[in-house]
Amino acid sequence: MSVIIILLLVSLCIAGGFLLAFLWSVKNGQFDDDESPAQRMLFENKKFNNK
Amino acid sequence: MVYEILNEHELCTYYDLNNKPGVAQNENKRKDKYAFLEDLEIQIKLIQFSDKTHSHITLYLPQIHCSSCLWLLENIDRVNSGIISSKVNFTKKEVFIVFDHSKTTLRKVVETLDNIGYEPHLSLNDLTSQPHTSLNRKHWYKIGVAGFCFGNIMMLSLADYFSSSGTLEPKLETFFRGLSIILSLPVLFYSSTEFFVSAWSGLKNKYLNIDLPVALALVITFIRSLYEISYGIGSGYLDSMSGIVFFMLIGRWLQSRTYQSISFDRDYKSFFPIALNSVKNGIIIPTEISKIKKNDVIQIYANEIIPVDAILSKGKAKIDYSFVSGESLPVNVTIGEMIYAGGKQLDGLLELIVVKEVSQSYLTNLWNNQVFNKKERITRSNYDTLGKYFTYVVLILGFGAGLYWYLQGQSTLMWNAITTVLIVACPCALLLSQNYTNGNILRVFGLNKFYLRSADVIEKLSKINHIVLDKTGTITQNTESKVNYIGREMDEEQKLNIASLLQQSSHPASKLISKWLKINDGIKVDHFKETEGGGIAGWINEHYIKIGSSAYVGGEYFKEKRGTKVVVLYDNVILGEFIIANSYRLGVSKLIPSLRKNFALSLVSGDNDAELKNIQHLFGKESDIEFNQSPQQKLDYIKHLQSNSKLSVMMIGDGLNDAGALKQSNVGIAVSDTSNNFTPSSDGVIDGSQLFRLDVFLRFAKESRKIILFSFSVSAVYNFIGLYFAIQGILSPVIAAILMPASSITIILMTYGLTELMSHGMGLKINTDKP
Repeated sequence: MSVIIILLLVSLCIAGGFLLAFLWSVKNGQFDDDESPAQRMLFENKKFNNK
Repeated sequence: MVYEILNEHELCTYYDLNNKPGVAQNENKRKDKYAFLEDLEIQIKLIQFSDKTHSHITLYLPQIHCSSCLWLLENIDRVNSGIISSKVNFTKKEVFIVFDHSKTTLRKVVETLDNIGYEPHLSLNDLTSQPHTSLNRKHWYKIGVAGFCFGNIMMLSLADYFSSSGTLEPKLETFFRGLSIILSLPVLFYSSTEFFVSAWSGLKNKYLNIDLPVALALVITFIRSLYEISYGIGSGYLDSMSGIVFFMLIGRWLQSRTYQSISFDRDYKSFFPIALNSVKNGIIIPTEISKIKKNDVIQIYANEIIPVDAILSKGKAKIDYSFVSGESLPVNVTIGEMIYAGGKQLDGLLELIVVKEVSQSYLTNLWNNQVFNKKERITRSNYDTLGKYFTYVVLILGFGAGLYWYLQGQSTLMWNAITTVLIVACPCALLLSQNYTNGNILRVFGLNKFYLRSADVIEKLSKINHIVLDKTGTITQNTESKVNYIGREMDEEQKLNIASLLQQSSHPASKLISKWLKINDGIKVDHFKETEGGGIAGWINEHYIKIGSSAYVGGEYFKEKRGTKVVVLYDNVILGEFIIANSYRLGVSKLIPSLRKNFALSLVSGDNDAELKNIQHLFGKESDIEFNQSPQQKLDYIKHLQSNSKLSVMMIGDGLNDAGALKQSNVGIAVSDTSNNFTPSSDGVIDGSQLFRLDVFLRFAKESRKIILFSFSVSAVYNFIGLYFAIQGILSPVIAAILMPASSITIILMTYGLTELMSHGMGLKINTDKP
């Protein structure tokens, strides 16, 4: 049955990883503005070169 | 002009993105409009960060409205090469710009923006207040942590619930339960801190708020679970505890999502420009407003707001005071006369001599009124009082059951009963139903362009019984009334004769028409007769002219009723008719009678009583109508209603002249024609085009209270089932674990469903996609 304990710890670590990813994304400001990125992705990322 | 700039820099994609991007530019800009940005002191106050090469600045651009704006502003480095990068925050309507100050200056950056149609809103407020830091992120952290712990504890407890006792290995069981305790610690000590903080501050102020029983329930749940687990009795209620915290945090987040782009706390400072041109010894110097002293000479350009009380020394002044006093017509001021702060010069350049500084002007005096200084009153919502009774009942039930078992001599059962009662009957349900309902209502209102400052306002709205309206800008539109003419074409002589006759009359309609005819100096009229409520008739140059209502003239040109009709009879022939579209906002004529059914109404206006008749007719005899009211009188009027008649008053206004009344009233709603425009400090902002729905909004707010109570009572049924077992001391953890999330989710679904259903029923659109 000890395999369950190992599995449990592994699953906790994975979930913890997601939690950390979430906290990091909040800290990074990804939740501050949920409107502009949605609009921004619609534009083509053309590289302009000044003539 | 904008096109030229854009074309030059190959930014024409802008026009491909949306059919109608941008807002038409309306005025010609003067060259040195932003000269004051060269001033170092102003720069230091505006720029957030600066090192040797780079400067950072966040500018508020109220014009941001579409995806093209975003694209254009983020490619602005192509227009001004000194700009290194720019990032738009759509929700806040802000742009964050990094620029190289060796290549460009703040002034040039601002001018670039202005040239392409995004005039940054720079105001005194930016200089005096610090940028607000958002507490939002902290809330996200808490939700994240609570969600993580809740999910994992739930998973661990499932093993316990679904194994019939004994099959789970004791070693495994201990491990599972121990892990649950560890996982519940961050929930209790981090995620739920705000409940404890608010409960404690409530206790300190000797005020029982709803967070107290929540905090109590959390602590007791935790202790009891700890006790059960350490003595091997059961697995405790840690999963329910963390689940409740998780749901409540989400509810609070929903409720606190307000509108970041709308500022509800503007005072007079936001209305004034940052700097002015002052003239010293013939040299023009841009000067920060706070540095303008008495006797300074300042220059005011067209469409600028005058921030000080001053005497006109040069130029032709035509001042629009509608924002300050509510007067609808501009005032002509001659040299040597006083001009008061808050007025807007309509046309041409002025020179003024300052009499009173910004902080002492007539307008700013209003802000020295104590209404503006007192802190936000603590609002005791009736759900807090409901929560209070709830707490008492729960405490009595819990200890009553405990006492019963104690008298029976069963002390273990006694503790069981007390703690389970407290756990099961936690008022979380009440809190949840309140948060989720309010959150969704704020959203529905927002979709309908009615933006509330916070969820508390909904509850205050539901209690309103007296509504006070302002006239100019609120029920009427700021634009002047439109005159239309249908009929036979008039020649110049006829026009002159008609205008001359009309100039004999003081009726507002006559004035409007003669203004529309563009004839200022009419000829003398010797014989005329004015009939009140009818019209005017007279002889001019051998012509008999009769102008007035169709009943007075005895006929009409076109048989259809549209607005106010003024028929012209010229030498016994009906020449045609003028139609004056009244400048009331759309739907106001239907809104007022509908409001009259449920509320007492008043109209308080700073304007003169030219329209008294129309308004009295609209508002009915029972409504109180006051004209020529100063801002202070408006404030006192509200205060009078509140103290004498114990009414809950809603004030609806738009201008600075209403600011005091808005603040004094229980709910102050500002009307705005563009939601990003200036609005005085208020509890909510309503878009002018949606004003006609006010009665629906009010009804919605009122009904929403029923939703809260209803969903709360449903969840109370769950709780009573739980209580039935709990009091007997036989509630198993499995049932508790099922009951609690089930009641939470029922509440969430029910409040959401009911508010959606109701908003649909009331014709408030709930679908974002539809225009």
